[in-house]
Amino acid sequence: MRKVLIIARTTFKENIRDKILYNLLFFTLAIIGVSVALGQVSIGHEQKIIIDMSLSAISLFGTLIAIFIGTGLVYKELDKRTIYNLISKPVRRSEFILGKYLGLMSTLLVNLALMSAGAYLALWLLGKSVQSEFLYVLAAVYAIFLQLMLVTAIALMFSTFSTPVLSAVFTFALWVIGHFSTEMKRLADILRSAVTGHICVALSYALPNFSNFTISGRENLLKSAAHFHAPQLTTLMLATAYGFLYSALLLTLAVFIFQKRDFK
Amino acid sequence: MNVVEITHLTKDYRTGFWFHKRRRALEDLSLTVQAGEIFGFLGPNGAGKTTTLKILMGLIRPTAGKARILGCPIDHVQMHQEIGFLPENPYFYEYLTGREYLIYTAELFGRGRAAAQSRAVELMEMVRLEESLKIPLRKFSKGMIQRIGIAQALINDPRIVFLDEPMSGLDPVGRREVRDIIMNLRARGVTVFFSSHILADVESLCDRVAILNRGRLLDIGRLTEILRMEVSALEVMAKDVQAVTLERLQQLGGQTHAIGDRLHITLPDDRSLLEVIMTVQEGGGKVISVNPVRESLEEFFLKRIDAQYVSSHQYAQAGSEISR
Repeated sequence: MRKVLIIARTTFKENIRDKILYNLLFFTLAIIGVSVALGQVSIGHEQKIIIDMSLSAISLFGTLIAIFIGTGLVYKELDKRTIYNLISKPVRRSEFILGKYLGLMSTLLVNLALMSAGAYLALWLLGKSVQSEFLYVLAAVYAIFLQLMLVTAIALMFSTFSTPVLSAVFTFALWVIGHFSTEMKRLADILRSAVTGHICVALSYALPNFSNFTISGRENLLKSAAHFHAPQLTTLMLATAYGFLYSALLLTLAVFIFQKRDFK
Repeated sequence: MNVVEITHLTKDYRTGFWFHKRRRALEDLSLTVQAGEIFGFLGPNGAGKTTTLKILMGLIRPTAGKARILGCPIDHVQMHQEIGFLPENPYFYEYLTGREYLIYTAELFGRGRAAAQSRAVELMEMVRLEESLKIPLRKFSKGMIQRIGIAQALINDPRIVFLDEPMSGLDPVGRREVRDIIMNLRARGVTVFFSSHILADVESLCDRVAILNRGRLLDIGRLTEILRMEVSALEVMAKDVQAVTLERLQQLGGQTHAIGDRLHITLPDDRSLLEVIMTVQEGGGKVISVNPVRESLEEFFLKRIDAQYVSSHQYAQAGSEISR
């Protein structure tokens, strides 16, 4: 585990020294600024708009970072042949994959923390007071983190055998499809062909289901945070279990593929 | 004691769009390296040297055959604790400084933070990069990168070091320093396995060499065993030789060629040596030196590679005649 953490720390350092990351962060903060301006012209709904826009920006930019950096994580090591120096050391290939994953996840965690701090700052600037309901926003940020965990695992898995462009396309496609899993199940009910229906149901279970991270009961988790509704604890716990298990499965697959690779 | 044992190692690369074609990079390679020796792995580009080293380092898997390092199979991760590796044209994380990279490497070998830091500084001094501790690797020249590569290969005080073209990209001073490092390693009992196509380096450093071409082992052994050590000619160097004397020297069987104010006279054997020396002196010239000419590694290497080319060409021709 120590070697995993050493690789993770270096990956984190790489991400932090990467200028693209700062640009995205700057852009997110700008969006939050815009939401403050918008909030001031929408009488009575300022806080709701700020929370809504901030959470959407946090989710969008977190996903972009996860996809664009995640898909290049392994590929860059192979392309620049830095992997030669690493695998020739007493390091298991699984330790390398896990280290890379944890490195990016810690970068995303720091980003989420900074972005959330920005959102809270915007709320404070607007109301000059802090309400206890603001804490519900953290539940939504946690759900976004779980979502990013899964997106990063997908991106990393693709990057073990594909180019960054293709990996990004595949990951983005899965991310989009994953938001329509519930619709896919509904489609299965509507379809007359039993075979197609079964395929739709199987796919809705097999493909990552991102609604697990956004829907709390009948409510959208992000929207409910904006309305200061307390999230359902069971939903969060199920989302946690789903996020961790699915990510672990994908990482196992990534390690399996990576074990078979020749580094020419 | 054998520290590296390679047995019938073969590697095919799959090529083509559907990966249905095979290209043989290494064929049935068997050799051993003994503890404490400097072993040179020689061959032209594409001979299979890097493929062999990559298999030994666990970067690629062999199609057939096996290898052991320090008695352990090559996929044994813990065995890597005892070895160092410098890849050909190494690349490192450009966003780190040389010192940071060495600390990172030392930590991967299980050293604590403080021990890793002091080892990193120690090695930076050894490869003469102590002035560049805080410079990011992206600003390093090729020679500096090669030095960092050597430093990271030695970070764990290894029992065996594998160096793939260690002199590549280095100026004459740098090459001399690497030679000194390698000699120093041998003095400490470290085994060095290094590949090169710079024959002069191999000739001056190695106890034993293996010559590889087109994936096949052509020769292996001590330099004194594989090179013909008998004198093949004599070279007399003289100066102030007159034109009349030159004619007489050629009549004595000497091949002459002038470089600057010096004349090189090559004789097939020592039968006319005394007469040649006297002729030079009588003509007012001075004999500077007399040297026996032995077959160099370069001559041997080129001869072996040419021989393999001719035999494979003949084989291919014979094959095409049979198929006709």
